[in-house]
Amino acid sequence: MSLVFLIFLPLIAALFIPLLFKKLGRIHTGWFVLIVPVILFIYYLTLLPTTLEGGTLVSELSWIPSIDLAIVAYIDGLSLLFSLLISGIGALVVLYSIFYLDKKREQLHNFYVYLLMFMTAMLGVVQSDHLISLYLFWELTSISSFLLIGYWYTRDRSRFGALKSMMITVFGGLMMLGGFVLLSIMGNTYSIRELIAQAPELAGHDFFVWALVLILLGAFTKSAQFPFYIWLPDAMEAPTPVSAYLHSATMVKAGLYLVARFTPIFAVSGTWIWLVTGVGLFTLFWGSFFALKQKDLKGILAFSTVSQLGLIMSLLGASAMGFHVENAAETVFKYAGFAAIFHLVNHAVFKGSLFMIAGIVDHETGTRDIRKLGGLMSLMPISFTIAMIGSFSMAGIPLFGGFLSKEMFLTAMLAITEFDLFSMDVWGLLFPVVAWIASVFTFIYSFYFVFHTFAGKHKPEELPKQAHEAPIGMLISPAILAVLVVAIFFVPNFVGKWIVNPAVAAIQPFLYDSPSDVHVHVAAWHGAITPELAMTIGIFLIGGLMFWTLRKWQRSYDAFPDKVSLNRLYDHFMYMSDGGANRFSAVYMTGFIRSYLVYMFGFFFLIVLSTLFLNEAFAFDLTNLAPIGFYEIVIALALVGGTITILAAKSRLTAIIALGAVGYSVALFFVIFRAPDLALTQLVIETISVALFLLAFYHLPKSSKKEERIGFKVGNGLIALGVGATMTLVALSAHSQKILPSISEYYKETVYSEAGGGNIVNVILVDYRGFDTLFEITVLGIAGIAIITMIKLRLTKKEGQHENK
Amino acid sequence: MRTNDVMLKTATKVVTFIILMFAVHIFFAGHYTPGGGFVGGLLTASAIVLLMLAYDIETVKKIIPVNYVMLTAIGLLIALSTAAASIFFNVPFFTHAYDYFDLPLFGKTSLHSAALFDLGVYLVVVGVTMTIIQTIGEDE
Repeated sequence: MSLVFLIFLPLIAALFIPLLFKKLGRIHTGWFVLIVPVILFIYYLTLLPTTLEGGTLVSELSWIPSIDLAIVAYIDGLSLLFSLLISGIGALVVLYSIFYLDKKREQLHNFYVYLLMFMTAMLGVVQSDHLISLYLFWELTSISSFLLIGYWYTRDRSRFGALKSMMITVFGGLMMLGGFVLLSIMGNTYSIRELIAQAPELAGHDFFVWALVLILLGAFTKSAQFPFYIWLPDAMEAPTPVSAYLHSATMVKAGLYLVARFTPIFAVSGTWIWLVTGVGLFTLFWGSFFALKQKDLKGILAFSTVSQLGLIMSLLGASAMGFHVENAAETVFKYAGFAAIFHLVNHAVFKGSLFMIAGIVDHETGTRDIRKLGGLMSLMPISFTIAMIGSFSMAGIPLFGGFLSKEMFLTAMLAITEFDLFSMDVWGLLFPVVAWIASVFTFIYSFYFVFHTFAGKHKPEELPKQAHEAPIGMLISPAILAVLVVAIFFVPNFVGKWIVNPAVAAIQPFLYDSPSDVHVHVAAWHGAITPELAMTIGIFLIGGLMFWTLRKWQRSYDAFPDKVSLNRLYDHFMYMSDGGANRFSAVYMTGFIRSYLVYMFGFFFLIVLSTLFLNEAFAFDLTNLAPIGFYEIVIALALVGGTITILAAKSRLTAIIALGAVGYSVALFFVIFRAPDLALTQLVIETISVALFLLAFYHLPKSSKKEERIGFKVGNGLIALGVGATMTLVALSAHSQKILPSISEYYKETVYSEAGGGNIVNVILVDYRGFDTLFEITVLGIAGIAIITMIKLRLTKKEGQHENK
Repeated sequence: MRTNDVMLKTATKVVTFIILMFAVHIFFAGHYTPGGGFVGGLLTASAIVLLMLAYDIETVKKIIPVNYVMLTAIGLLIALSTAAASIFFNVPFFTHAYDYFDLPLFGKTSLHSAALFDLGVYLVVVGVTMTIIQTIGEDE
């Protein structure tokens, strides 16, 4: 099966969703959707043996060959890992959503179409080898995320959150596109594989740092790194299955994917290591610190996601250090890359289950406010167990997968202190310290999340609903994930061998030739008290103590002023740009047709006249003129007479009839100049437009206030004169000089032989310049729709409060 | 303006058909002699407008129960698919095809894909013109 086809499989399936929803509404649409990720997951599983050997698969669909644009699906360890996450978590999320979203009340067809669209986009991002198609899929993830966050579009907060995420991620996407373009100029190819192959040559290029920074902007906005993370908490307005899927397990990891994918190119740069590790670590701290300020269950999880993404980001940054260390594959520097991928898998698993639990709590109690919750342990025992497994894994407690990757993270951070390049020897100590502090806060918020919801006193009077355990269907998905959390702890090296190693080999090709070269043994107990184990124990002790006293010091968060925050900055920026644009357009969009005509005609004669004189194109030549006949004089007189009548007419009816007379006179000119096509068209057009004018005439107000100011009239007169003079000059010049041979000769020669027609005018319309006609009729159609809406809207407005003032 | 104008009504009954027949003729003649989809469409529209003037919009709507917005959409679709059809024959977008056939009654006739495109133009022109006139005419 073609890999490219599989990328598009969800999108193709999406075409049938509205139909299934309409025709088979009795069955929850999600059941049909579920088939897609399950098929994909199973298929991608069968590819595991290939990547285990370090093998890769490529399938290419040529899209626009003339500009070298193709959709290339490239499977290696890294992209397969992500594909498995996308399809696997996708299947679980769809299953969960079947019970979460009511089939009668919700607009399921919208929801699943967006979700499938996202699936295609995300698969496209992680499998694309072509930079431009990667970018296209990347933006499609932003768009589908926008649609999904705004799914409950009647809520203000949903629309706000959707727009915010869109503005920030699309900004990053555009920056990234800039980086891609620079890369493609540097390497003269769009293929990521080919770029990686010539990585050493790229490093010396002038654009190198620019491309690096721009691509990182894309990755940081998407993966919610500081200071761009602000969109993620607001994205929590999305239905919980979406939060679990897009905003914790997959889409926000696209930035991590990007960093991982480009590590082989940029690892050589100290800027890269500093930026990725530094920003990642700071985000880790910031997110975990502010997670404790949150009162909303999903808010806590959002900040926790921000923080965990920072953790993985910093590990990816540290993995680039391996490039600079001799024989890194045998030293402590080998851990960072492995830990990054390992934790990425762990995080997707436990965070997915935690989001689903948050959704269940919301669903069964009616609130997500942690202050109202408490004591649900006995009412919702299964949910509690799952939540505890997820949280403990997040906190890094033994018996759960998170412990292993967390400890490896500490190992990697400690290794940084031994790194002596790029002034790391001075600042290196900062990394394990910050990592340790952030881990303490991670520990506290994990406990905060689970125990403030499930332990403590039950407050039924504050809950909108009678709390009870969720239906079994809703628990299946988080339970599967919870089982995985525990399973990973017991068989970490199995996961490492099959899933992590191939991905690590793809990130660090400078260390490993094939996945089997990755020698990282994961163990819970190393046989002695290692420094990282000591750190972990410290985290448990200090974290436990601080959690115990949480209620006492949590209030101190209120000391942080709301007015000086990144969110305020964003709001202010949006307000300014929105209002500024409005003010600017209000200056010239007056609402008077006269003003618009003044702009159009004013610019017309200014531009044409100045072009005429700048190019010295004006010529006046009276040779080659036909004699002026009697009929022509008569028609010209009628034309002028008609025009003057329009201007002088007191009543509209007279003006309309005079306008008709002008049109018919022009038609007669066409007859005399032997242009039957034009004459015919002009005659019919005049007839119909006079009828239209008469119709519209009924609707115009009876008396119009005549503008009598002298300045106004002079202005109009000048513009009229200007336009008239311009047309005359252009016509005279056009007649007086024949720089280019007339195209009519070509038409005459080819109209029968090539186009199979006889009437040049019509063949121009339908064949030679068929594109023009196609667009013209499209514009006609749009104009028709515009008139309908104008008139219909005006009618409804009159019924509303907007009376005509 | 509902006057019982017998002369106008009687003349309209005959003239409308003449205009319509002429419109059809003009449409088909277009490729070799003056005419084409655009003029044909306008003529058709003018015939309907004449009907509307002689009778009234409601009556005409009963006589010709056509949704003009739909007509516009169909026209656009026909035009676009004629243009797009060429890509299935591996020739550039908008390549027309024509040939000569011996048809019963007509004799040797040239059939040209441009006529299909022109049909789209014709429908759009009729559709849009009548949409505008009908919408404005029905208002209030």
